[in-house]
Amino acid sequence: MSESAQTILSVRHLSKSFGDHRVLRDVDFDVRAGEVVCIIGASGSGKSTLLRCMNRLETPDGGAVEYRGETVGAPGFDLARYRTRVGMVFQQFNLFANMNVLQNCVVGQMKALHRSRAESEQNAMRFLERVGMKAFIHAKPRQLSGGQKQRVAIARALAMDPEVLLFDEPTSALDPEMVGEVLDVMRRLAASGLTMLVVTHEMAFARDVSDRVVFMDEGVIVEQGAPEQLFTHPAQPRTREFLRRVL
Amino acid sequence: MPNAESGFFAWVWFFVQTYGPMFLRGAGTTLLIALTGTLAGFLIGLGVGVVRTIPCRREDGALRWALLRAVRGILAVYIEVFRSTPMIVQAMVIYYGCAQLFGLNLPQLLAGFAIVSINTGAYLSEIMRGGIQSVDPGQREAAAAIGLTHGQTMRSVVLPQAIRNTLPALGNEFVVNIKDTSVLNVISVSELFFVSKSAAGTYFKYFEVFFITSVIYFVMTFACTRLLRLLEKKMDGPENYTIHGSQTVPEGELKLKGGDAR
Ligand SMILES: Nc1ncnc2c1ncn2[C@@H]1O[C@H](COP(=O)(O)OP(=O)(O)OP(=O)(O)O)[C@@H](O)[C@H]1O
Ligand SMILES: [Mg+2]
Repeated sequence: MSESAQTILSVRHLSKSFGDHRVLRDVDFDVRAGEVVCIIGASGSGKSTLLRCMNRLETPDGGAVEYRGETVGAPGFDLARYRTRVGMVFQQFNLFANMNVLQNCVVGQMKALHRSRAESEQNAMRFLERVGMKAFIHAKPRQLSGGQKQRVAIARALAMDPEVLLFDEPTSALDPEMVGEVLDVMRRLAASGLTMLVVTHEMAFARDVSDRVVFMDEGVIVEQGAPEQLFTHPAQPRTREFLRRVL
Repeated sequence: MPNAESGFFAWVWFFVQTYGPMFLRGAGTTLLIALTGTLAGFLIGLGVGVVRTIPCRREDGALRWALLRAVRGILAVYIEVFRSTPMIVQAMVIYYGCAQLFGLNLPQLLAGFAIVSINTGAYLSEIMRGGIQSVDPGQREAAAAIGLTHGQTMRSVVLPQAIRNTLPALGNEFVVNIKDTSVLNVISVSELFFVSKSAAGTYFKYFEVFFITSVIYFVMTFACTRLLRLLEKKMDGPENYTIHGSQTVPEGELKLKGGDAR
Protein backbone atom coordinates (compact mmCIF):
# COMPACT_ATOMS: atom_id res chain seq x y z
CA MET A 1 0.00 0.00 0.00
CA SER A 2 1.60 3.25 -1.07
CA GLU A 3 1.48 6.00 1.55
CA SER A 4 0.31 8.50 -1.03
CA ALA A 5 -2.96 6.72 -1.84
CA GLN A 6 -5.99 8.93 -1.40
CA THR A 7 -7.97 8.80 1.80
CA ILE A 8 -11.56 7.84 1.00
CA LEU A 9 -13.08 7.56 4.44
CA SER A 10 -11.92 9.16 7.67
CA VAL A 11 -13.45 8.43 11.00
CA ARG A 12 -12.84 11.41 13.29
CA HIS A 13 -13.21 11.10 17.07
CA LEU A 14 -16.36 9.07 16.66
CA SER A 15 -18.41 8.26 19.74
CA LYS A 16 -21.72 6.53 20.19
CA SER A 17 -23.74 5.50 23.23
CA PHE A 18 -26.84 3.40 23.66
CA GLY A 19 -28.35 4.79 26.84
CA ASP A 20 -25.59 4.78 29.45
CA HIS A 21 -23.56 2.28 27.49
CA ARG A 22 -20.68 3.99 25.65
CA VAL A 23 -20.21 1.66 22.71
CA LEU A 24 -17.70 3.76 20.74
CA ARG A 25 -15.23 6.18 22.33
CA ASP A 26 -13.17 8.57 20.28
CA VAL A 27 -12.59 6.16 17.39
CA ASP A 28 -10.25 7.64 14.83
CA PHE A 29 -8.87 6.06 11.66
CA ASP A 30 -8.70 6.34 7.87
CA VAL A 31 -9.38 4.08 4.94
CA ARG A 32 -7.30 4.78 1.83
CA ALA A 33 -8.06 3.84 -1.75
CA GLY A 34 -7.29 0.21 -2.53
CA GLU A 35 -6.73 -0.74 1.08
CA VAL A 36 -8.16 -3.84 2.73
CA VAL A 37 -8.64 -3.14 6.41
CA CYS A 38 -9.83 -5.81 8.83
CA ILE A 39 -11.37 -4.94 12.18
CA ILE A 40 -11.03 -7.59 14.84
CA GLY A 41 -12.10 -7.66 18.45
CA ALA A 42 -14.22 -9.45 20.99
CA SER A 43 -17.98 -9.66 20.77
CA GLY A 44 -19.58 -6.45 21.97
CA SER A 45 -16.51 -4.31 21.37
CA GLY A 46 -18.43 -2.03 19.00
CA LYS A 47 -17.29 -3.26 15.59
CA SER A 48 -20.76 -3.47 14.05
CA THR A 49 -21.75 -0.16 15.58
CA LEU A 50 -18.68 1.45 14.00
CA LEU A 51 -19.58 0.12 10.55
CA ARG A 52 -23.20 1.12 10.98
CA CYS A 53 -22.17 4.64 11.96
CA MET A 54 -19.96 4.80 8.89
CA ASN A 55 -22.84 4.29 6.47
CA ARG A 56 -25.25 6.11 8.73
CA LEU A 57 -27.53 3.27 9.76
CA GLU A 58 -26.75 4.67 13.20
CA THR A 59 -26.31 8.34 14.02
CA PRO A 60 -23.09 9.01 15.95
CA ASP A 61 -23.28 11.07 19.14
CA GLY A 62 -19.99 12.79 18.59
CA GLY A 63 -17.24 13.12 16.04
CA ALA A 64 -17.76 12.60 12.34
CA VAL A 65 -17.24 10.38 9.35
CA GLU A 66 -15.76 12.11 6.33
CA TYR A 67 -16.06 10.85 2.80
CA ARG A 68 -13.49 12.47 0.51
CA GLY A 69 -13.40 15.46 2.82
CA GLU A 70 -17.18 15.86 3.08
CA THR A 71 -18.83 15.30 6.43
CA VAL A 72 -21.36 12.47 6.21
CA GLY A 73 -24.76 13.62 7.44
CA ALA A 74 -23.97 17.35 7.31
CA PRO A 75 -26.80 19.58 6.07
CA GLY A 76 -27.07 19.20 2.31
CA PHE A 77 -25.07 15.97 2.25
CA ASP A 78 -26.56 13.52 -0.26
CA LEU A 79 -26.84 10.43 1.92
CA ALA A 80 -28.45 8.20 -0.72
CA ARG A 81 -25.67 8.95 -3.19
CA TYR A 82 -23.03 8.39 -0.53
CA ARG A 83 -24.50 4.97 0.18
CA THR A 84 -24.24 4.03 -3.47
CA ARG A 85 -20.52 4.81 -3.16
CA VAL A 86 -19.99 3.01 0.15
CA GLY A 87 -21.74 -0.36 0.08
CA MET A 88 -22.43 -2.76 2.90
CA VAL A 89 -22.61 -6.52 3.27
CA PHE A 90 -24.45 -7.77 6.34
CA GLN A 91 -23.95 -10.76 8.58
CA GLN A 92 -27.58 -11.78 7.99
CA PHE A 93 -27.36 -11.25 4.18
CA ASN A 94 -30.61 -9.25 4.12
CA LEU A 95 -31.47 -10.15 0.56
CA PHE A 96 -34.82 -8.67 -0.44
CA ALA A 97 -37.18 -11.55 0.28
CA ASN A 98 -39.77 -10.46 -2.29
CA MET A 99 -37.32 -10.46 -5.19
CA ASN A 100 -35.36 -13.11 -7.02
CA VAL A 101 -31.58 -13.07 -7.25
CA LEU A 102 -31.43 -10.94 -10.39
CA GLN A 103 -33.99 -8.41 -9.12
CA ASN A 104 -31.99 -8.09 -5.90
CA CYS A 105 -29.00 -6.99 -7.93
CA VAL A 106 -30.95 -4.74 -10.28
CA VAL A 107 -33.28 -2.69 -8.07
CA GLY A 108 -30.59 -0.44 -6.56
CA GLN A 109 -28.99 0.30 -9.91
CA MET A 110 -32.30 1.31 -11.45
CA LYS A 111 -33.70 3.30 -8.53
CA ALA A 112 -30.62 4.88 -6.99
CA LEU A 113 -28.34 5.13 -10.02
CA HIS A 114 -31.11 5.56 -12.62
CA ARG A 115 -29.61 3.01 -14.96
CA SER A 116 -31.78 1.38 -17.59
CA ARG A 117 -33.09 -2.12 -16.93
CA ALA A 118 -30.98 -3.59 -19.71
CA GLU A 119 -27.79 -1.99 -18.43
CA SER A 120 -28.60 -2.95 -14.83
CA GLU A 121 -29.27 -6.55 -15.73
CA GLN A 122 -26.15 -6.83 -17.81
CA ASN A 123 -24.10 -5.38 -14.98
CA ALA A 124 -25.80 -7.62 -12.42
CA MET A 125 -25.07 -10.70 -14.51
CA ARG A 126 -21.41 -9.74 -14.67
CA PHE A 127 -21.11 -9.65 -10.89
CA LEU A 128 -23.30 -12.67 -10.31
CA GLU A 129 -20.94 -14.55 -12.59
CA ARG A 130 -17.97 -13.32 -10.58
CA VAL A 131 -19.46 -14.73 -7.37
CA GLY A 132 -20.54 -17.94 -9.11
CA MET A 133 -24.27 -17.29 -8.80
CA LYS A 134 -25.18 -16.59 -12.41
CA ALA A 135 -27.09 -19.86 -12.68
CA PHE A 136 -29.43 -18.87 -9.88
CA ILE A 137 -30.86 -15.61 -11.16
CA HIS A 138 -34.44 -16.87 -10.95
CA ALA A 139 -34.16 -18.30 -7.43
CA LYS A 140 -35.78 -16.59 -4.46
CA PRO A 141 -33.54 -15.95 -1.43
CA ARG A 142 -35.35 -18.54 0.69
CA GLN A 143 -34.36 -21.19 -1.86
CA LEU A 144 -30.63 -20.54 -1.39
CA SER A 145 -28.09 -21.75 1.12
CA GLY A 146 -26.41 -19.25 3.45
CA GLY A 147 -23.23 -19.17 1.43
CA GLN A 148 -25.17 -18.61 -1.79
CA LYS A 149 -27.18 -15.82 -0.20
CA GLN A 150 -24.06 -14.06 0.96
CA ARG A 151 -22.47 -14.32 -2.47
CA VAL A 152 -25.59 -12.78 -4.00
CA ALA A 153 -25.48 -10.05 -1.35
CA ILE A 154 -21.89 -9.30 -2.35
CA ALA A 155 -22.89 -9.17 -6.03
CA ARG A 156 -25.75 -6.84 -5.13
CA ALA A 157 -23.34 -4.49 -3.40
CA LEU A 158 -20.78 -4.71 -6.23
CA ALA A 159 -23.38 -4.01 -8.89
CA MET A 160 -23.61 -0.45 -7.57
CA ASP A 161 -19.94 0.01 -8.53
CA PRO A 162 -19.03 1.27 -5.06
CA GLU A 163 -15.71 2.76 -4.08
CA VAL A 164 -15.66 0.99 -0.74
CA LEU A 165 -17.42 -2.08 0.61
CA LEU A 166 -18.05 -2.51 4.32
CA PHE A 167 -18.43 -6.13 5.46
CA ASP A 168 -19.93 -6.87 8.87
CA GLU A 169 -18.95 -10.42 9.79
CA PRO A 170 -19.99 -11.77 6.39
CA THR A 171 -19.28 -15.38 7.34
CA SER A 172 -20.46 -15.49 10.96
CA ALA A 173 -23.98 -16.68 10.16
CA LEU A 174 -22.77 -19.44 7.86
CA ASP A 175 -22.39 -23.15 8.39
CA PRO A 176 -18.66 -24.00 8.52
CA GLU A 177 -18.64 -25.71 5.12
CA MET A 178 -19.92 -22.53 3.45
CA VAL A 179 -17.43 -20.09 4.97
CA GLY A 180 -14.79 -20.97 2.40
CA GLU A 181 -16.84 -20.10 -0.68
CA VAL A 182 -17.59 -16.62 0.66
CA LEU A 183 -14.02 -15.97 1.81
CA ASP A 184 -12.80 -17.04 -1.64
CA VAL A 185 -14.99 -14.42 -3.27
CA MET A 186 -13.71 -11.80 -0.82
CA ARG A 187 -10.08 -12.78 -1.46
CA ARG A 188 -10.58 -12.28 -5.17
CA LEU A 189 -12.22 -8.92 -4.57
CA ALA A 190 -9.29 -7.84 -2.41
CA ALA A 191 -6.86 -8.95 -5.12
CA SER A 192 -8.80 -6.97 -7.71
CA GLY A 193 -8.03 -3.76 -5.83
CA LEU A 194 -11.41 -3.05 -4.24
CA THR A 195 -11.25 -0.97 -1.08
CA MET A 196 -12.65 -3.08 1.72
CA LEU A 197 -13.32 -2.64 5.43
CA VAL A 198 -14.04 -6.03 6.94
CA VAL A 199 -15.20 -6.87 10.44
CA THR A 200 -14.30 -10.49 10.89
CA HIS A 201 -13.59 -13.29 13.30
CA GLU A 202 -11.66 -15.14 10.57
CA MET A 203 -8.13 -14.50 11.75
CA ALA A 204 -6.53 -16.34 8.85
CA PHE A 205 -8.36 -14.07 6.43
CA ALA A 206 -7.32 -10.97 8.37
CA ARG A 207 -3.70 -12.09 8.43
CA ASP A 208 -3.44 -13.18 4.79
CA VAL A 209 -5.60 -10.69 2.96
CA SER A 210 -5.57 -7.37 4.78
CA ASP A 211 -3.15 -4.50 4.41
CA ARG A 212 -3.93 -3.33 7.91
CA VAL A 213 -5.60 -4.83 10.96
CA VAL A 214 -7.44 -2.76 13.54
CA PHE A 215 -7.99 -4.27 16.97
CA MET A 216 -10.93 -2.89 18.94
CA ASP A 217 -11.82 -3.46 22.56
CA GLU A 218 -14.59 -1.85 24.59
CA GLY A 219 -15.27 0.81 22.00
CA VAL A 220 -11.73 2.01 21.43
CA ILE A 221 -9.07 1.19 18.86
CA VAL A 222 -6.40 -0.40 20.98
CA GLU A 223 -3.89 -1.01 18.25
CA GLN A 224 -3.60 -1.08 14.48
CA GLY A 225 -0.92 -2.05 12.06
CA ALA A 226 0.26 -4.37 9.32
CA PRO A 227 -1.07 -7.90 9.88
CA GLU A 228 2.30 -9.59 10.32
CA GLN A 229 3.26 -6.99 12.90
CA LEU A 230 -0.03 -7.04 14.81
CA PHE A 231 -0.38 -10.80 14.80
CA THR A 232 3.22 -11.65 15.63
CA HIS A 233 4.38 -8.67 17.70
CA PRO A 234 1.31 -7.06 19.24
CA ALA A 235 2.35 -4.01 21.23
CA GLN A 236 -0.56 -3.88 23.66
CA PRO A 237 -1.29 -6.39 26.43
CA ARG A 238 -5.01 -6.35 25.53
CA THR A 239 -4.19 -7.30 21.94
CA ARG A 240 -1.94 -10.12 23.13
CA GLU A 241 -4.67 -11.34 25.46
CA PHE A 242 -7.28 -11.32 22.68
CA LEU A 243 -5.03 -13.06 20.17
CA ARG A 244 -4.08 -15.70 22.70
CA ARG A 245 -7.76 -16.53 23.08
CA VAL A 246 -8.70 -16.67 19.41
CA LEU A 247 -5.61 -18.10 17.71
CA MET B 1 -98.66 -21.53 -3.79
CA PRO B 2 -98.36 -23.67 -0.63
CA ASN B 3 -101.04 -23.23 2.02
CA ALA B 4 -101.10 -23.27 5.81
CA GLU B 5 -100.85 -27.09 5.92
CA SER B 6 -97.84 -27.24 3.57
CA GLY B 7 -94.56 -28.44 5.04
CA PHE B 8 -91.26 -26.65 5.52
CA PHE B 9 -89.70 -27.85 2.28
CA ALA B 10 -92.75 -26.97 0.20
CA TRP B 11 -92.40 -23.39 1.36
CA VAL B 12 -88.65 -23.38 0.84
CA TRP B 13 -89.18 -24.63 -2.70
CA PHE B 14 -91.82 -21.99 -3.28
CA PHE B 15 -89.48 -19.20 -2.19
CA VAL B 16 -86.61 -20.54 -4.25
CA GLN B 17 -88.84 -20.61 -7.33
CA THR B 18 -90.56 -17.27 -6.95
CA TYR B 19 -87.87 -15.25 -5.21
CA GLY B 20 -84.78 -16.97 -6.65
CA PRO B 21 -83.71 -14.09 -8.89
CA MET B 22 -84.31 -11.61 -6.09
CA PHE B 23 -82.17 -13.63 -3.69
CA LEU B 24 -79.44 -13.78 -6.29
CA ARG B 25 -79.58 -10.05 -6.90
CA GLY B 26 -79.42 -9.50 -3.14
CA ALA B 27 -76.46 -11.84 -2.88
CA GLY B 28 -74.83 -10.02 -5.79
CA THR B 29 -75.26 -6.69 -4.02
CA THR B 30 -73.83 -8.20 -0.84
CA LEU B 31 -70.77 -9.48 -2.70
CA LEU B 32 -70.34 -6.23 -4.60
CA ILE B 33 -70.40 -4.08 -1.47
CA ALA B 34 -68.21 -6.51 0.47
CA LEU B 35 -65.64 -6.71 -2.31
CA THR B 36 -65.43 -3.05 -3.26
CA GLY B 37 -65.67 -2.02 0.39
CA THR B 38 -62.84 -4.35 1.38
CA LEU B 39 -60.65 -3.18 -1.50
CA ALA B 40 -61.30 0.48 -0.72
CA GLY B 41 -60.76 -0.27 2.95
CA PHE B 42 -57.47 -1.93 2.04
CA LEU B 43 -56.33 1.19 0.17
CA ILE B 44 -57.34 3.36 3.12
CA GLY B 45 -55.55 1.01 5.51
CA LEU B 46 -52.45 0.94 3.33
CA GLY B 47 -52.34 4.74 3.12
CA VAL B 48 -52.87 5.17 6.84
CA GLY B 49 -50.32 2.46 7.63
CA VAL B 50 -47.72 4.14 5.41
CA VAL B 51 -48.32 7.57 6.94
CA ARG B 52 -48.09 6.15 10.43
CA THR B 53 -44.72 4.53 9.72
CA ILE B 54 -42.98 7.49 8.07
CA PRO B 55 -39.83 8.13 10.10
CA CYS B 56 -40.54 11.30 12.00
CA ARG B 57 -37.77 13.07 13.85
CA ARG B 58 -37.90 16.62 15.01
CA GLU B 59 -34.35 17.24 13.78
CA ASP B 60 -35.49 16.68 10.18
CA GLY B 61 -37.60 19.82 10.20
CA ALA B 62 -40.03 21.19 12.76
CA LEU B 63 -42.82 22.00 10.29
CA ARG B 64 -42.81 18.56 8.71
CA TRP B 65 -42.70 17.03 12.16
CA ALA B 66 -45.67 19.06 13.43
CA LEU B 67 -47.70 18.34 10.31
CA LEU B 68 -47.04 14.64 10.50
CA ARG B 69 -47.90 14.56 14.18
CA ALA B 70 -51.20 16.34 13.52
CA VAL B 71 -52.16 14.02 10.67
CA ARG B 72 -51.29 11.01 12.82
CA GLY B 73 -53.44 12.31 15.63
CA ILE B 74 -56.42 12.61 13.32
CA LEU B 75 -55.83 9.14 11.94
CA ALA B 76 -55.59 7.68 15.42
CA VAL B 77 -58.96 9.22 16.30
CA TYR B 78 -60.50 7.82 13.11
CA ILE B 79 -59.23 4.32 13.87
CA GLU B 80 -60.36 4.40 17.50
CA VAL B 81 -63.83 5.75 16.76
CA PHE B 82 -64.60 3.29 13.99
CA ARG B 83 -63.25 0.32 15.84
CA SER B 84 -65.13 1.15 19.01
CA THR B 85 -68.62 1.56 17.57
CA PRO B 86 -70.81 -1.02 15.79
CA MET B 87 -71.06 -0.73 12.02
CA ILE B 88 -74.86 -0.74 12.29
CA VAL B 89 -74.66 2.48 14.31
CA GLN B 90 -72.06 3.97 11.96
CA ALA B 91 -74.45 3.27 9.08
CA MET B 92 -77.26 5.17 10.77
CA VAL B 93 -75.09 8.12 11.77
CA ILE B 94 -73.40 8.49 8.40
CA TYR B 95 -76.52 7.97 6.30
CA TYR B 96 -78.88 10.16 8.27
CA GLY B 97 -76.11 12.56 9.25
CA CYS B 98 -75.31 13.24 5.62
CA ALA B 99 -78.98 13.85 4.91
CA GLN B 100 -79.55 16.18 7.85
CA LEU B 101 -76.27 18.09 7.99
CA PHE B 102 -75.48 18.44 4.30
CA GLY B 103 -78.88 17.78 2.74
CA LEU B 104 -77.15 14.91 0.96
CA ASN B 105 -79.38 11.99 0.03
CA LEU B 106 -76.83 9.33 -0.78
CA PRO B 107 -78.00 6.50 -3.01
CA GLN B 108 -78.25 3.44 -0.73
CA LEU B 109 -75.68 1.43 -2.61
CA LEU B 110 -73.12 4.23 -2.49
CA ALA B 111 -73.82 4.84 1.19
CA GLY B 112 -73.35 1.13 1.90
CA PHE B 113 -70.07 1.09 -0.01
CA ALA B 114 -68.81 4.17 1.84
CA ILE B 115 -69.70 2.81 5.26
CA VAL B 116 -68.08 -0.57 4.68
CA SER B 117 -64.96 1.08 3.22
CA ILE B 118 -64.48 3.48 6.11
CA ASN B 119 -65.17 0.80 8.70
CA THR B 120 -62.87 -1.75 7.06
CA GLY B 121 -60.21 0.93 6.57
CA ALA B 122 -60.09 1.50 10.31
CA TYR B 123 -59.47 -2.17 11.03
CA LEU B 124 -56.99 -2.65 8.20
CA SER B 125 -55.04 0.48 9.18
CA GLU B 126 -53.91 -1.23 12.32
CA ILE B 127 -53.26 -4.48 10.49
CA MET B 128 -51.23 -2.76 7.77
CA ARG B 129 -49.17 -0.86 10.30
CA GLY B 130 -48.42 -4.13 12.05
CA GLY B 131 -47.59 -5.72 8.70
CA ILE B 132 -45.19 -2.93 7.80
CA GLN B 133 -43.51 -3.01 11.19
CA SER B 134 -43.16 -6.78 11.14
CA VAL B 135 -41.00 -6.76 8.01
CA ASP B 136 -37.45 -7.63 9.12
CA PRO B 137 -35.59 -4.35 9.85
CA GLY B 138 -32.63 -5.86 7.98
CA GLN B 139 -34.63 -5.49 4.75
CA ARG B 140 -34.89 -1.74 5.24
CA GLU B 141 -31.25 -1.43 6.23
CA ALA B 142 -30.12 -3.33 3.15
CA ALA B 143 -32.27 -1.06 0.99
CA ALA B 144 -30.88 2.05 2.67
CA ALA B 145 -27.37 0.68 2.29
CA ILE B 146 -27.64 0.57 -1.52
CA GLY B 147 -28.94 4.13 -1.58
CA LEU B 148 -32.70 3.69 -1.81
CA THR B 149 -34.77 6.47 -0.25
CA HIS B 150 -37.49 5.78 2.32
CA GLY B 151 -40.17 5.99 -0.37
CA GLN B 152 -38.32 3.68 -2.74
CA THR B 153 -37.65 1.24 0.07
CA MET B 154 -41.33 1.18 1.00
CA ARG B 155 -42.53 0.67 -2.56
CA SER B 156 -39.99 -1.89 -3.70
CA VAL B 157 -39.13 -3.83 -0.57
CA VAL B 158 -41.32 -3.26 2.49
CA LEU B 159 -44.86 -2.92 1.14
CA PRO B 160 -44.78 -5.98 -1.13
CA GLN B 161 -43.75 -8.06 1.88
CA ALA B 162 -46.14 -6.32 4.26
CA ILE B 163 -49.06 -6.82 1.86
CA ARG B 164 -48.15 -10.46 1.40
CA ASN B 165 -48.05 -10.90 5.16
CA THR B 166 -51.39 -9.19 5.70
CA LEU B 167 -53.17 -11.00 2.87
CA PRO B 168 -54.74 -13.59 5.21
CA ALA B 169 -56.11 -10.78 7.37
CA LEU B 170 -57.39 -9.02 4.27
CA GLY B 171 -59.18 -12.15 3.10
CA ASN B 172 -60.61 -12.58 6.56
CA GLU B 173 -61.89 -9.01 6.50
CA PHE B 174 -63.58 -9.69 3.15
CA VAL B 175 -65.37 -12.75 4.53
CA VAL B 176 -66.41 -10.81 7.63
CA ASN B 177 -67.75 -8.08 5.36
CA ILE B 178 -69.86 -10.54 3.36
CA LYS B 179 -71.62 -11.31 6.62
CA ASP B 180 -71.58 -7.82 8.11
CA THR B 181 -73.04 -6.03 5.11
CA SER B 182 -76.32 -7.46 6.43
CA VAL B 183 -76.44 -4.56 8.89
CA LEU B 184 -76.88 -2.21 5.94
CA ASN B 185 -80.51 -3.29 5.81
CA VAL B 186 -81.15 -0.56 8.40
CA ILE B 187 -80.57 2.01 5.69
CA SER B 188 -82.49 -0.07 3.13
CA VAL B 189 -79.57 -1.23 0.98
CA SER B 190 -81.10 -4.06 -1.01
CA GLU B 191 -78.49 -6.63 -0.06
CA LEU B 192 -79.29 -10.24 0.78
CA PHE B 193 -80.61 -9.67 4.29
CA PHE B 194 -82.86 -6.80 3.25
CA VAL B 195 -84.27 -8.82 0.35
CA SER B 196 -84.88 -11.80 2.63
CA LYS B 197 -86.64 -9.70 5.22
CA SER B 198 -89.04 -8.31 2.61
CA ALA B 199 -89.80 -11.75 1.18
CA ALA B 200 -90.31 -13.30 4.61
CA GLY B 201 -92.49 -10.43 5.79
CA THR B 202 -94.85 -10.80 2.87
CA TYR B 203 -95.77 -14.38 3.88
CA PHE B 204 -94.79 -14.38 7.56
CA LYS B 205 -92.44 -17.30 6.78
CA TYR B 206 -89.24 -16.19 8.53
CA PHE B 207 -87.74 -19.59 9.24
CA GLU B 208 -88.09 -20.87 5.67
CA VAL B 209 -86.75 -17.73 4.05
CA PHE B 210 -83.83 -17.26 6.42
CA PHE B 211 -82.94 -20.91 6.04
CA ILE B 212 -82.38 -20.19 2.35
CA THR B 213 -80.57 -16.97 3.24
CA SER B 214 -78.16 -18.73 5.57
CA VAL B 215 -77.37 -21.31 2.90
CA ILE B 216 -76.52 -18.53 0.45
CA TYR B 217 -74.33 -16.73 3.01
CA PHE B 218 -72.57 -19.96 3.80
CA VAL B 219 -71.86 -20.79 0.18
CA MET B 220 -70.51 -17.29 -0.43
CA THR B 221 -68.20 -17.18 2.57
CA PHE B 222 -67.03 -20.76 2.15
CA ALA B 223 -66.25 -20.31 -1.54
CA CYS B 224 -64.44 -17.04 -0.87
CA THR B 225 -62.37 -18.52 1.92
CA ARG B 226 -61.21 -21.35 -0.36
CA LEU B 227 -60.55 -19.03 -3.27
CA LEU B 228 -58.45 -16.73 -1.11
CA ARG B 229 -56.37 -19.62 0.15
CA LEU B 230 -55.64 -20.63 -3.44
CA LEU B 231 -54.68 -17.07 -4.27
CA GLU B 232 -52.26 -16.96 -1.35
CA LYS B 233 -50.58 -20.13 -2.53
CA LYS B 234 -50.24 -18.66 -5.98
CA MET B 235 -48.71 -15.43 -4.69
CA ASP B 236 -45.92 -17.33 -2.99
CA GLY B 237 -44.75 -18.38 -6.43
CA PRO B 238 -43.64 -21.82 -7.44
CA GLU B 239 -41.55 -23.78 -4.98
CA ASN B 240 -39.36 -24.78 -7.92
CA TYR B 241 -37.00 -22.52 -9.74
CA THR B 242 -35.15 -22.76 -12.99
CA ILE B 243 -31.40 -22.96 -13.14
CA HIS B 244 -30.33 -20.60 -15.87
CA GLY B 245 -27.80 -22.34 -18.11
CA SER B 246 -26.33 -25.26 -16.23
CA GLN B 247 -22.56 -25.62 -16.18
CA THR B 248 -22.48 -28.55 -18.54
CA VAL B 249 -25.17 -27.32 -20.90
CA PRO B 250 -25.02 -23.53 -20.93
CA GLU B 251 -28.29 -23.23 -22.82
CA GLY B 252 -30.03 -25.83 -20.73
CA GLU B 253 -32.49 -25.09 -18.01
CA LEU B 254 -32.63 -27.23 -14.95
CA LYS B 255 -35.64 -27.44 -12.65
CA LEU B 256 -34.75 -27.61 -8.99
CA LYS B 257 -36.90 -28.27 -6.01
CA GLY B 258 -36.61 -25.12 -3.92
CA GLY B 259 -37.25 -26.58 -0.49
CA ASP B 260 -34.10 -28.70 -0.67
CA ALA B 261 -31.62 -25.88 -0.48
CA ARG B 262 -30.80 -24.75 3.02
N1 LIG C 1 -29.45 -0.76 18.98
C1 LIG C 1 -28.81 -1.00 20.15
N2 LIG C 1 -29.37 -0.67 21.31
C2 LIG C 1 -28.72 -0.90 22.49
N3 LIG C 1 -27.51 -1.46 22.57
C3 LIG C 1 -26.89 -1.82 21.44
C4 LIG C 1 -27.52 -1.61 20.17
N4 LIG C 1 -26.66 -2.06 19.22
C5 LIG C 1 -25.59 -2.53 19.87
N5 LIG C 1 -25.72 -2.38 21.20
C6 LIG C 1 -24.71 -2.75 22.20
O1 LIG C 1 -23.51 -2.16 21.85
C7 LIG C 1 -22.42 -3.02 22.11
C8 LIG C 1 -21.56 -3.17 20.89
O2 LIG C 1 -22.32 -3.84 19.91
P1 LIG C 1 -21.74 -4.21 18.50
O3 LIG C 1 -22.80 -4.97 17.80
O4 LIG C 1 -21.22 -3.01 17.83
O5 LIG C 1 -20.54 -5.18 18.87
P2 LIG C 1 -19.67 -6.10 17.93
O6 LIG C 1 -18.27 -5.76 18.20
O7 LIG C 1 -20.15 -5.98 16.53
O8 LIG C 1 -19.96 -7.54 18.49
P3 LIG C 1 -20.17 -8.93 17.70
O9 LIG C 1 -18.80 -9.45 17.44
O10 LIG C 1 -20.92 -9.77 18.66
O11 LIG C 1 -20.94 -8.65 16.46
C9 LIG C 1 -23.00 -4.31 22.61
O12 LIG C 1 -22.88 -4.37 24.01
C10 LIG C 1 -24.45 -4.23 22.24
O13 LIG C 1 -25.24 -4.88 23.19
MG1 LIG D 1 -21.17 -7.26 15.20
